[in-house]
Amino acid sequence: MLKDDNRYEILENFMKKHEYEESALLEILHKAQELYGYLDKELLMHISQSLSLPSSHVFGVATFYSFFKLKEPGEHVVTACLGTACYVKGVDEIMQAIERQFNLKRGGSTADGKLSLLVTRCIGACAMAPNIVVDEEVIGKATKEIVTEKIKLALGGVKVETS
Amino acid sequence: MKPADIQRIAEHELDFQRAYKYRINVCCSSGCVPFGALKVLKAFEDAVKEFGVQRECKVARTGCVGTCSVGPAVVIEPGDYLYQNVTPEKVREIVRDHIVLGLPAKEYLYKNEAYFKKQQRLVLRNAGTIDPHRTEDYISMAGYFALSKCLVTMAPRDVIEEVTASGLRGRGGAGFPTGQKWSLVSASHGSPKYIIANLDEGDPGVFANRTLAEADPHAILEGMLIAAYAVGAERGYIYIRAEYPLAIETLQRAIAQARSMSLLGESVLETPFKFDVELRFGAGAFVAGEETAILASVEGRRAMPRPRPPYPANSGLWGKPTLIQNVETLANIPLIVLNGGAWFSRIGTPRCTGTKCFSLTGKINNPGLIEVPMGITLREVVFEIGGGVPEGRTFKAVLVGGPSGGCLPETLLELPIDYDSLTKVGAIMGSGGIVVIDDESCMVDTAKFFTDFCVDESCGKCTPCRAGLARVREVFEEITRGDGKMEDIATLEKSGVYIRDASLCGLGQTAPNPVLTTLRYFKDEYVEHIVEKTCRAGKCFKKEKEA
Repeated sequence: MLKDDNRYEILENFMKKHEYEESALLEILHKAQELYGYLDKELLMHISQSLSLPSSHVFGVATFYSFFKLKEPGEHVVTACLGTACYVKGVDEIMQAIERQFNLKRGGSTADGKLSLLVTRCIGACAMAPNIVVDEEVIGKATKEIVTEKIKLALGGVKVETS
Repeated sequence: MKPADIQRIAEHELDFQRAYKYRINVCCSSGCVPFGALKVLKAFEDAVKEFGVQRECKVARTGCVGTCSVGPAVVIEPGDYLYQNVTPEKVREIVRDHIVLGLPAKEYLYKNEAYFKKQQRLVLRNAGTIDPHRTEDYISMAGYFALSKCLVTMAPRDVIEEVTASGLRGRGGAGFPTGQKWSLVSASHGSPKYIIANLDEGDPGVFANRTLAEADPHAILEGMLIAAYAVGAERGYIYIRAEYPLAIETLQRAIAQARSMSLLGESVLETPFKFDVELRFGAGAFVAGEETAILASVEGRRAMPRPRPPYPANSGLWGKPTLIQNVETLANIPLIVLNGGAWFSRIGTPRCTGTKCFSLTGKINNPGLIEVPMGITLREVVFEIGGGVPEGRTFKAVLVGGPSGGCLPETLLELPIDYDSLTKVGAIMGSGGIVVIDDESCMVDTAKFFTDFCVDESCGKCTPCRAGLARVREVFEEITRGDGKMEDIATLEKSGVYIRDASLCGLGQTAPNPVLTTLRYFKDEYVEHIVEKTCRAGKCFKKEKEA
């Protein structure tokens, strides 16, 4: 599986560049996630063997930091910013609306794997709160109507035009 | 390149800039880009060509102006005319009126002068005016002058004395005197020595460090270089959030340019001083802001704090002496070296000198990034700069210091903002988040929200923080579900004090702040939830109604 394409080689070269050093573990996990989209068990085992680190150590680091994803995300990803400014401005109500309408839970995906709803602690666009990211597009001063509309468009295969 | 060449580059660059009558600065930072800033930049470039004014009008890509709620923002010099909510459609009109006819397009101008009146921009001195991708732009604003002054005329000891005299305190939150920290690292035996510049900014609702990196990366690098020269370090790491792609790109570009101009490397400005910088990426761990946790993370481990001593000044990265500073602290350093510690010590208050950047957000008319002198009152920040809460709503509280800060009521608005005054009322400076809360928010729900955050972010190493916060969350769940009892208030108070007093690191020691301050200043809301089972903001008891 891992060796199916040239991503394996890119990762290998990256680890080599860092001389398989323990101190580069975070950099290597970042690179692996960038290449594969998320870190599954096989990939983490491969990294732990390459760096001669106990797999418990590598799993420990990967699960400690919230940036690392251990599950495959859906085809379309909605990320809600749960920073303080967004919370005060009602992002929770928007998330509840998404959960109800598309039948999924925060942190999870729909049964068909088409849509994931993720939560991030802050995207740093606090002055435009509440912020929701639909695929790559940041929607500032979001409302549940605008967001559900954007999600429907994305799911329908319609290319969402960046404002 | 030698120290004397810096001056020459600056003069050359200024001559080049003076050849233009107008300069259009388009904010292309993370606050404005999602709302179309790059299209606006392109539209300006096209429009000046269309009108044939490209010889007298320079279009520049810059960092943040600070008015993040009305982006994309554009400033036209001379005169600092600030245009708000600029769209590609408005650009032609702005260029025609302002540049060709010489009459600013009034209807698009930002009219709120009060927003800038009480601000004092030292750290953000170049934000929004220079192109962060061009080192020459930074040099033209006296950039790297302080570094060459250090290398030519000052011994490391003199630099530390100047920083000590300035009274500068660490901007990462704890407020430790910077000069004293430098003395400790300088006196510490062991080699090599390291510097870590902290740009992790784990606080939700805070974006000051990111904005600084996007707008003026060389101010951070110059601060690091001077610190390294003073303490004898030869390697530096900038620990930055992986979630900040634009800041990362801007810094990487700045580092590459600095290397090619021999501002970084084996022989800085052709002197025996050697220093280089690398980026290290954080991965979303609030606790990594704690100084021993950041060490573990840079070494590739879980960001878990350890007891001190030994302090990082003696035993930091890989057991070597390490200086850890927030990037905002570092950006002050060039100014202190150039203008003197005595000059800096006159800004702000005697015990808290200088300025502080704040991310001003929440229910407020003018959210954005501000920089104010220490000692300014909360009222001035919230009502004068921030313009107060939106019409029809009432101010309820202001949260100062992020998720482990304190919720302060209206009666404390005259409080001056400095480390000591904030600590006295149960808040903290933190990394500079100010969130305004109005009557639509419930204080019990707000305290619960921050507790949830701290439970998630607790590293789990020590029991008071790990188990204590989880217990506090349970109590909040009971209260907001309608199962609260009057003795819960005492449980919350007692647990909060235990967690604060018994935790190992800053996260646990400050995590109960929102709970303790809401209990202190908004106890009536707790009582209402427990006795009457009502929530005046309509946030709690919802789930049962729906079910």
